[in-house]
Amino acid sequence: MQMPVALSAYATDVDKSYYIIYWLSVVLFIGIIGAATYFCLAYKRKAGVRAEPTGHNNILELSWTVAPVFILAYLFWIGWKGYVDMSIVPPNAIEVRGRAFQWGWDFEYPNGAHTPDLKAPVGKPVKLILSSNDVLHAFFIPQLRIKRDTVPGMYVSLWFEADKEGDADIFCAEYCGGKGEGTAAIGHWAMISKVHILSVADYDKFILEGGGAKPGESVPDWGKRLYVEKNCAGCHSLDGAVGAGPSWKGIFGRTGVMTAGPDIVADENYIRESILEPQAHIVKGFGPVMPSFKGILQDKEIDAIISFMKTLK
Amino acid sequence: MNTQAQPQAGHHDDAMLNTNYLKAGSGWKSWAFTLDHKRIGIMYLVFVLAAFLTGGIFALLVRTELASQGHTIVSGPTYNKLFTLHGAIMVFLFIIPSVPASLGNFILPMQLGARDVAFPKINLLSFYIYLVGATFALVSIGYGSVDTGWTFYTPYSLHDPEAATKVLYMTAAVFVLGFSSILTGLNFLVTIHTLRAPGLTWTRLPLFIWGMYATSIMQVLATPVLAITLLMLIFERVFGLGIFDPKLGGDPILFQHFFWFYSHPAVYIMIVPGMAIVSELIATFSRRVIFGYFAVAMSSLALALVGFLVWAHHMFTSGMSEYANMLFSALTFLVAIPSGVKVFNWTATLYKGSISFAPPMLYALAFLFLFTIGGLTGLFLGTLNVDIHLHDTYFVVAHFHYVMMGGTVIGFIGGILYWWPKITGKMYNFTSASVGAWLTFIGFNVTFLSQFVMGSRGMPRRYYDYLPEFEQLHRVSTLGSYILAVGLFTTAGTLIQSLARGRAAGRNPWGSVALEWQTQTPPVFQNFEETPIVTRGPYDYHLATDEELREDLYAVDPAK
Ligand code: HEC
Ligand SMILES: [Cu+2]
Ligand SMILES: [Cu+2]
Repeated sequence: MQMPVALSAYATDVDKSYYIIYWLSVVLFIGIIGAATYFCLAYKRKAGVRAEPTGHNNILELSWTVAPVFILAYLFWIGWKGYVDMSIVPPNAIEVRGRAFQWGWDFEYPNGAHTPDLKAPVGKPVKLILSSNDVLHAFFIPQLRIKRDTVPGMYVSLWFEADKEGDADIFCAEYCGGKGEGTAAIGHWAMISKVHILSVADYDKFILEGGGAKPGESVPDWGKRLYVEKNCAGCHSLDGAVGAGPSWKGIFGRTGVMTAGPDIVADENYIRESILEPQAHIVKGFGPVMPSFKGILQDKEIDAIISFMKTLK
Repeated sequence: MNTQAQPQAGHHDDAMLNTNYLKAGSGWKSWAFTLDHKRIGIMYLVFVLAAFLTGGIFALLVRTELASQGHTIVSGPTYNKLFTLHGAIMVFLFIIPSVPASLGNFILPMQLGARDVAFPKINLLSFYIYLVGATFALVSIGYGSVDTGWTFYTPYSLHDPEAATKVLYMTAAVFVLGFSSILTGLNFLVTIHTLRAPGLTWTRLPLFIWGMYATSIMQVLATPVLAITLLMLIFERVFGLGIFDPKLGGDPILFQHFFWFYSHPAVYIMIVPGMAIVSELIATFSRRVIFGYFAVAMSSLALALVGFLVWAHHMFTSGMSEYANMLFSALTFLVAIPSGVKVFNWTATLYKGSISFAPPMLYALAFLFLFTIGGLTGLFLGTLNVDIHLHDTYFVVAHFHYVMMGGTVIGFIGGILYWWPKITGKMYNFTSASVGAWLTFIGFNVTFLSQFVMGSRGMPRRYYDYLPEFEQLHRVSTLGSYILAVGLFTTAGTLIQSLARGRAAGRNPWGSVALEWQTQTPPVFQNFEETPIVTRGPYDYHLATDEELREDLYAVDPAK
């Protein structure tokens, strides 16, 4: 029952509480079960030997009612103290917005850049302002020992200060459903992302370059990068193979058959609508599993994706 | 009103009242319309065990799917339905009614020296309400089933109109089942107050009765809150009132408050009866008064009381204020005291006892072991900063299985084995019952110890698929669940074999001094031929003669 690697001072602090309870439990468990086992062996029923009548021992009874009160008060205290540390956000924290949706994450940085995985500098406090686009989710990083439910219609916040560089997993810890069949199914279990703890220099570089095409990158190339980074690639292939969603091969200008309503030619407006309101028109043969990218993809980014699509003949 | 109710007076002649209750009337109608608490208890037993089997099959499917990474037997959305059904069936159709409705119904009036419960017709009514609720649940499953988890959290449960209809059926089922629970609770409270045999003072009440008393109070007070919550959910769905759905201006966290305001006490509705049985088993098989009888009895009531004050400990990460979290963490630790008191007293009862390891006692000892783990791991979850990490991981899953399954279910099986000879008049094979107990115990620990490990490492619950580093532990857990299943089936087989070919049991196979063992096996229709007069406590082994303590496992007279 070992805790995972701790990436922050706060995590180490949680571990202290954890191991105090752990060893306390081990001792109590051995005490109770040891005594019970000994009694079972020593007082096994023997012919002709009767049980001794139960007596009273008020001191014993009182002490095992009162002694736990002190232990419990102590546990409460260490838990609360650690929790309070966690609740007070340092005023100089970098603010990053985190949005949860069915089924993914979107992080928005002060420079306007968006990523599906979280980037944070080492040794600096980062405040996450979390929200949800649809149902409840929960933002959970085991290595940092932090967790917070994201609630639609409400902002909650959370902070951390990692003290080591490296990658750690982000999970969704509050059940949020699932859809689709077979290998194309997606849901709660797939809301796994990563936090990359970068050196301050790398993080600053990311902030300088992020939020648009990189210097020297063409718009279609930027669109291609978004295709990978925003995980469109998870459902849409470029080579004609059918995945959870239709392939993007030759998508621009092709006529699509919908489950309801007339056929639609994939022009700029339709593609934009498909990205922002994917359930408005559903391509025949597919399920309504594509998440909306409203608030996640910016207009400029959608334009870049469309110009990338135009290159896919 | 200290006299006994005579619900059947007029319908039966005296000879009928004093025949074996299984032979008093035959044909399906004699069961379907019976007002006999013993037959109603048996009918409940059959249905809750069927629910246990169904919920268990879902659990095995869930564990099988998780045996390896990625797709194993079902797709993700199907998996979501499987674990939802496992949880909902186990909680609402099995565990909550399990002990009170089946063994409680059968044993409680007998332990009181009464002829029946106070309101036999309401007792039958509550059984039929249970069946109606179960039918709603089946309809919802037939429609393709819910996938919300047994907690029905909003707004997910309201999100998609198609799924929400199924949620409606399932919540309607739970709503109806609630009434069955309330009526049983009410019936027991009145029965305990008014139908105690002469001489059966409050300080002589068996601890099983004390447990049922505490449970009934909770059932009567907490279940209406669940009904109100589900009604609000139904109204929101049908009339579009904005209560919980943020899209309509509602508050999803409000639902969690309402839900846990019932469901935390429900945890005690589930565990207190298990504890109540274990108190009986430890006393009987150690032949001693339970150490600290008064403390054990009062701790059930204390749990019932404190249980109402801690609901929000399920919501430490939900966005409640820090001070609310502080308050609920502190209150949660209070629960540990009465639970601890029970464990210490049971252990102390063994000291200088005369301990027999008959199969029911194996379950009592397993309970002690497993419940201690379940209780101690609760300390981790009450501690705020540690809970933030462990919340909604497999650690929580393992913790509540140790309490609910390792506690209640193990206690329930122990209780079934203990009262089985009285109920059916048949003995079972001790060897296969003991093998079943050991396999269950080992399988259970393998299944859930590995889940503690996964949880502390951050494996979130309700995941269809997982990262590679968890695969090994998931395999171990799945293997454990198979061992557990073999153990349970062995026990079931033992009992079926006993029904079919078991030797007739004696009147008092365990040499117990408790009241319910003093009447015939199986009991007569009116439980006791004459109203018993109670002159000593249910565990006063030191006052009993050697003859009274003789274990007549088998009836000498095969004609009986
Ligand atoms: C979870 C899988 C999934 C992801 C991730 C996903 N999509 Fe889709 N997408 C679908 C499915 C399924 C359809 C077809 C059903 C529909 O029309 O909604 C679709 C349809 C589309 C269409 C219309 C295609 C057509 O042939 O008419 C466009 C455009 C599109 N997606 C763009 C994107 C973009 C851009 C991204 C990434 C930012 C993305 N999708 C991410 C599943 C996905
Ligand atoms: Cu989620
Ligand atoms: Cu609780």
